[in-house]
Amino acid sequence: MIKKTILSTVAAFTLASGMALSEDIDIVFIGKNTGNPYFDSLTQGFVEACDVIACNFEFVAPATAEATSQIPFIEAQIQRGVDVIAISPNSPDALNQVFDAARAKDILVLTVNGDITGNEEHRDATILPTDFTKVGADQVEMVGSLIGYEGEVAILSATTEAPDQNFWIEGMNKTLETDSKYSKMTLVATVYGDDQPEKSTTEMESLLANFPKLRGVIAPTTVGIAAGAQVVQSRGISDTVKVTGLGLPSEMRDFVKDGTVEGFQLWSPYNEGWLAAHFSVGLKNGSMENKVGGTFQVPNLGTITINPGNSINTQAALTTFNAANIDDFNF
Amino acid sequence: MTNQIPSLYHKKSWRSLFNRPETMTFTLLILALVGASLLSEYFLDVNYILRSFTLTAELSIAALVLTMVIISGEIDLSAAANIALSACIFAYVQASGAPMTLAILTGLFAGLVMGSLNAILVIVYQLPSIIVTIGTLIFYRGLAQVIAGDKSIRVPEWFIGVNTKMVLGVPFPVVIFTATAIILGLVLGTTIYGRQIYQVGTNNTAALHAGIKSNRIKFGLFVLLGVVSSACGIMAASRLGSVRYDLALGGELQMVLMAMLGGTYIFGGRGTILGTFLAAWLLVIVSTGMTVANLLPAIQLTVLGLLLIVAIIATNFIYSRARR
Amino acid sequence: MKPILKFLSGREAGIFVMIILFCTAVGIYKPHFISSNSLRIILLLVPLIMIGAMAQMLVLVARHVDLSMGSMLGFSAMVAGLMYRDMPEIWWPIGFLVAVGTGAVLGLFNGLLVTIFNLPSIIVTLGTLNLYRGLTFIISDARQINRANIPSELKAMSQTSPIFGIPWIILMSFAIALLTFYLVRYTQLGRQIYAIGSNPNAAPLRGINVTKVTLIVFIISGALSGLAGIMYASRWGFVNPSNTGMGFEFQVIAAVVIGGVSINGGVGTVLGTFLGVILLGCVAAALPLLGIPGTTQSAIYGSVILIALLIDRSVRQRATANTKRSRA
Repeated sequence: MIKKTILSTVAAFTLASGMALSEDIDIVFIGKNTGNPYFDSLTQGFVEACDVIACNFEFVAPATAEATSQIPFIEAQIQRGVDVIAISPNSPDALNQVFDAARAKDILVLTVNGDITGNEEHRDATILPTDFTKVGADQVEMVGSLIGYEGEVAILSATTEAPDQNFWIEGMNKTLETDSKYSKMTLVATVYGDDQPEKSTTEMESLLANFPKLRGVIAPTTVGIAAGAQVVQSRGISDTVKVTGLGLPSEMRDFVKDGTVEGFQLWSPYNEGWLAAHFSVGLKNGSMENKVGGTFQVPNLGTITINPGNSINTQAALTTFNAANIDDFNF
Repeated sequence: MTNQIPSLYHKKSWRSLFNRPETMTFTLLILALVGASLLSEYFLDVNYILRSFTLTAELSIAALVLTMVIISGEIDLSAAANIALSACIFAYVQASGAPMTLAILTGLFAGLVMGSLNAILVIVYQLPSIIVTIGTLIFYRGLAQVIAGDKSIRVPEWFIGVNTKMVLGVPFPVVIFTATAIILGLVLGTTIYGRQIYQVGTNNTAALHAGIKSNRIKFGLFVLLGVVSSACGIMAASRLGSVRYDLALGGELQMVLMAMLGGTYIFGGRGTILGTFLAAWLLVIVSTGMTVANLLPAIQLTVLGLLLIVAIIATNFIYSRARR
Repeated sequence: MKPILKFLSGREAGIFVMIILFCTAVGIYKPHFISSNSLRIILLLVPLIMIGAMAQMLVLVARHVDLSMGSMLGFSAMVAGLMYRDMPEIWWPIGFLVAVGTGAVLGLFNGLLVTIFNLPSIIVTLGTLNLYRGLTFIISDARQINRANIPSELKAMSQTSPIFGIPWIILMSFAIALLTFYLVRYTQLGRQIYAIGSNPNAAPLRGINVTKVTLIVFIISGALSGLAGIMYASRWGFVNPSNTGMGFEFQVIAAVVIGGVSINGGVGTVLGTFLGVILLGCVAAALPLLGIPGTTQSAIYGSVILIALLIDRSVRQRATANTKRSRA
């Protein structure tokens, strides 16, 4: 144990001094929490970008995802004098003050994979995986195509206040109400599993109990879709109740292969990291400009546009995963 | 601050310094400073350390009062949850349009009620404080979640920023922490009331026979901790600009850790405010040093857990030697 | 007749009545709550807590408490998960041995700190709660063990059944409850645990090796947490360094305290603990059915613990009053 501590001490020291000597752009990405498989792939995008362009990259994250847990980490990065803080914020407003402190020191603050909605003036730009206004409609189409556009559907979401999920659910509601293609589908319930497998499972079970005629479930959260699929799988009712939503291919592969889940959607977290690194370096060396309406080029992704609110999307629409393509994705 | 030494220590010779747990805390503090400076070249910066201290100032202030509760022979694990619930109630009241003064008073009153509930369960119903406060810990944080849901409640712009107010270059929360430590240190170390707290914690029955109203003392300490925790909750709201039910989650461990590292005896009767004061700084230095060196937060969890175990073994050892 | 009378007058009957009342009340409001399907949901919710509760009962009876159970669960599950990931060829039941063994070692460490240094278990396990959680992050490099790495035979244990359509993990948790009943009722060790808890000072005079018994209790607590860990992997199909087992100790303590196990040591029954777990399962299953948001769950758990403590207190008071009266 002592040996290990000394070793890591030495390692951290050499790392720190190495960083100070370098002329590259120092980027740090602060995840929501450690042990969250979603961020493995996102981090990989940063790492591989910094292999080819002039940046140093480090990933840090608090142990738990409560609202204030990221603050000491942001303070530490300010103290280290990094050039760019990319962060998936755990709170839409608790970080405002510390973001301001960072930007006062000329640090570029990018929110990645989630924004501080309502407090956009406290960050420089946001990198979102896709156009969030289309997610709701895409998900309704997905579940519609699985149940033949007819019957009762329900939504199994994350927490009641999750801003992204609520925005998508709003889109789903609107699509179901206004688009005549879905007139024979009715949304019977929206429940929240708090992104915990236990609670999500219980909520899914009670959906099935409360609505015996249920035909489809949309779970726009990686924990929810896996829990929903597991319930359907264990009860052997995957023919009558179709589970879909947003999920990680690595977590859903088994369910797709055994036919429990026919299809689900997501985007590429890898590309978010890849784009964020290129954008950071471009802004810092002056080859790109953070101006609404402007465009820039990113290798492999093509031309990227900066949308109103300094919001940048890595892909236009959701990727759909099914038995035919699931093996092509490793995140 | 020598007057803070409890009357139990009669030896005035400087050799007895080694028998005092605060010496251990102080030594660890120096070691941690050196270690953290070696770990990262960015660490040794007074302003940064002071700024980092404000992030746990609320827990540190409450830990000072908790120290007195532990010395009196009880414990309160619900103080961190109290901070969260008071902050949520305060923010909820002011967000619903009430004037700020009323909101603050409501928050403080909530703390008073929470402290009293703990006290009633422990003293009137004679339930063990450790289990009672585990129960109220879950209950208070649960209530905070009922009130605020999963969303954060904002406070007005002008109320934000207690941590950026400076007094002679020192952030205001640090000043409050130091002032509280001095006041409580004097109360505990120099007054009759302070001596009675030690006596109650050392031997409750003997204290009763000596005519000390031990129940009243304990009741007062629980209520004091409740009110101080709620004040800390309101301070946290000003620092963060918004509150959520998960404020200070897991803070009970840090607070107990501060008291233990400062040499407070878990079975009561011994401990000083000075020890907790030093331990609060020790913890900030340890965690800040590791964070600025970009070490895995898991290592911090591990170190905190180890520190607690080592601290309690060391204090037990020191006290058992002192008794001989 | 006598055992029935004894049951009716005891704490267990009270919990039993509470379960019936609660389920009837929910059933009136939502008739489909009273169904074999609900029973299935409830039973699938409780196996982990059941196993943890049996262990925590023994610890509390011995006048200790173990707050590190959730972290021991997480660490043991992670060790087994890492083994499955890095040695995919391994015979899958080995995971049970590995998890239980790992848990036992962690429990032994708790026990050693408590006995050798004579430290209060609550503070020791508050420390190891963090220590073991931190170590879980370190050994896993903060990465989750994914569904694909957990053997499908293990996952199937939460779904397939050898008898009456009851999944394996439910049967296992009931088996553990029965084993605990046997331990408590028919072994010397069981009696010694109660003796230590009732009067720690008198126990050595009766020839009981307090250190040894205390160590065994903590080892059992660790081993059963480890068993719950491998069952977590079976039930949810993944092991996460941060989520797995988080808050487990609080659910377990809630169940045990509701079940009438006294926090002052020496008092507690397997049946009471069993019913406490079932009551908690009923509440957890009914909340979403009633449309009560999950955010209220902690407040309900917390108040239930406090109420149970107060009931426990009044029962004890009456018991003392009775003894005094009968003596007089």
